[in-house]
Amino acid sequence: MALKHVNAVIVGAGAGGGVVAKELATAGLSVVLLERGQWHSAADCRKDDLRNQRTTVLGNAFGPDDERNPRVFVDNRGEHIVLPSEGAYSNNAACVGGGTFSYGAQAWRYMEKDFRMRSTYGDVAGSTLEDWPIGYSDMEPYYEKAEWEMGVSGDDAANIFKAPRRKPLPMPPLPPAKEHQLLLPAAKRIGLHPFDIPMLRNTVPYNGRRSCMRCRWCVGFACELSARTGTHNTVIPAALATGHCELRTDAMARDILLDDRGHARGVAYFDAHNRLQEQTADLVIVSAGAVESARLLLNTRHRLFPHGLGNRYDWVGRNLQGHTYPGVSGLFDFDTFDDLGPGASIAICDFNHGNPGMVGGGMLANEFIRLPYQFMTQVPPWISRWGAEHKDFVRSAYKKTIVITGPVQEMPLWNARTQVDPKVKDHWGIPVARLSGGKHPHTLEIARFLAGKAEEWLKAAGATQTWKRIPPNTLSGGQHQAGTCRMGNDPKTSVVNRDCQLHEVDNVYVIDASVHVTNGGFNPALTILANAYRASGNLLKAWKGSKVSS
Amino acid sequence: MRRRTFFGVGLAAAAAGTAVTTTRSQPKGPWRFFTPEEAATVDAICECLIPADRDPGASQAGVVNYIDLQLTRPFKRYQKAYRQGIAAVDTVSRSQFSQPFVALSADRQVDVLKSVEKNSRGFFDLILNHTRQGFYGDPRHGGNRNMASWKMLGLPYPPVRGRMHYEDRPKEG
Repeated sequence: MALKHVNAVIVGAGAGGGVVAKELATAGLSVVLLERGQWHSAADCRKDDLRNQRTTVLGNAFGPDDERNPRVFVDNRGEHIVLPSEGAYSNNAACVGGGTFSYGAQAWRYMEKDFRMRSTYGDVAGSTLEDWPIGYSDMEPYYEKAEWEMGVSGDDAANIFKAPRRKPLPMPPLPPAKEHQLLLPAAKRIGLHPFDIPMLRNTVPYNGRRSCMRCRWCVGFACELSARTGTHNTVIPAALATGHCELRTDAMARDILLDDRGHARGVAYFDAHNRLQEQTADLVIVSAGAVESARLLLNTRHRLFPHGLGNRYDWVGRNLQGHTYPGVSGLFDFDTFDDLGPGASIAICDFNHGNPGMVGGGMLANEFIRLPYQFMTQVPPWISRWGAEHKDFVRSAYKKTIVITGPVQEMPLWNARTQVDPKVKDHWGIPVARLSGGKHPHTLEIARFLAGKAEEWLKAAGATQTWKRIPPNTLSGGQHQAGTCRMGNDPKTSVVNRDCQLHEVDNVYVIDASVHVTNGGFNPALTILANAYRASGNLLKAWKGSKVSS
Repeated sequence: MRRRTFFGVGLAAAAAGTAVTTTRSQPKGPWRFFTPEEAATVDAICECLIPADRDPGASQAGVVNYIDLQLTRPFKRYQKAYRQGIAAVDTVSRSQFSQPFVALSADRQVDVLKSVEKNSRGFFDLILNHTRQGFYGDPRHGGNRNMASWKMLGLPYPPVRGRMHYEDRPKEG
């Protein structure tokens, strides 16, 4: 039996897709929102330190599952099958809310220069660094909309580097924990400009949800109180409440359906019982995350698009980027741990731009609260990996460390990419994503530079010893994955236009971090949300004007 | 309860007679994947990786029970690595000291593991990570018996700051 035709089918109920569903459904369009994962609730906060989205040694709590969702990963040792719970997979949660269901919820606006990296810094040899086709001023109203409609807490008044904002944040920050109290005066002493991180987290009751209780189980876990804000507890329920949106979970998209003229007519997907379904629609919105969105386009083959939809000039899947995180640990001779979540609370933007000889930089902040097993990665290199010395260090240092880390804005690479594998297929017989490439050397130079700055901050706060971790030169992606369907004005050097519409097919949109040209020196969630509001607005204008139809 | 008491006594005996390794308590099953002999070897390896001192070590915390349980669950894919790895540890032990690993003194066991770390890094890192998980991870997964490591780290007991906690506290302004 054919499914009822709708105005729009959206693939992926994460940050981007959730916002689009709400905006379109509110405007009266009929919407089907497909999500390959499930709809978890606050009751799924199992406080399981070994099985969550951050520590996956016993699996991902919120998908995708290891049994049905392999990928192929290519590195200098060859190609291997990787599973979602393994690091090289570049996983982001597969569930209603996507990454926003279990993330740390930092809610950053990118800075003006983040949209104009090429104009600001010029060519970077070996990188596809480019400007966005839109600027900060195009995004500002939508950042504000995301902050107020979804709810952001924090206080960036002291951040003298921030781009101008018209309205302050709607909620105050949490009271400072011990780490914050140590880091704040230390940063000021060495001339930095610390402030409270903006967070998609209620610090007072907001939009009918409670405020954060400051538990230890934050990033990687479901929020037990639903005080942390994602699309699952804001825009998606709002979309459903309009009566115009239907959410289908356990729905794995196979490809986009095209008619003879190459116009999209819907999406083919496998339902919860592995039955192939065809959802026809006037509009197709791809919001599956940078890896899976590219995979869906590349798996959409047609006489007119033999190399995948939107891929005439071979840009789909290119420029996969996430964030390179240098980390510095500081050891103190007194307790710094007071068991108050979420941990991360104080940041500086002194080194996002204007660093001598550097193309951009990144924000630095204290790390989320460390659970005991997570602390294993904080043990310094001069301590034995095992035996009495290791145990003794963990015992004596667990409550006496602070970690500062931050996301380096990466130099995009043509060869850091998602393809579809010619041989390996998933549970449903769909060709899987094949990931390959590495990092640009300058990305690692910036990481080392930022680590040095983090070290100075920790020492100023009284750390007696510090040690750095610089990530290896391996492919970036992970939860901050972006870049694979670049937004641009020129169809020959980008996949979608500034409205996130495919250059090649006017009724297919990509609305998620795939369209990010560069990924800022910040967690990308708020930018994905804001851009989804912006793109939805433009889509609706076009819809009302000319009724894009099949 | 009975089992806990048994363990306490067994470890006290082991601690009292560290030189006489044969009095060491046998780890207690039921075993889902390991043979009793393999379990004893793994238990001894884990104890070298996280030894008892003024706080319990891997053996007392039941790390081998964690590994055994998980080898029938997400760690199924490591079953072969364990079967071969355990045998390899014993082979090294017999070639260096003419005895199975469990029969060696603690010092000699460490010597054997150093050699395994050097020559079979894959298996060594696997069991090291699993030992850390079983010792520092949540007891629900079969290790960290009596929350041994969490007590050692001085984490609140029980280590849940949850809804109860929220409701017990006066409302913050």
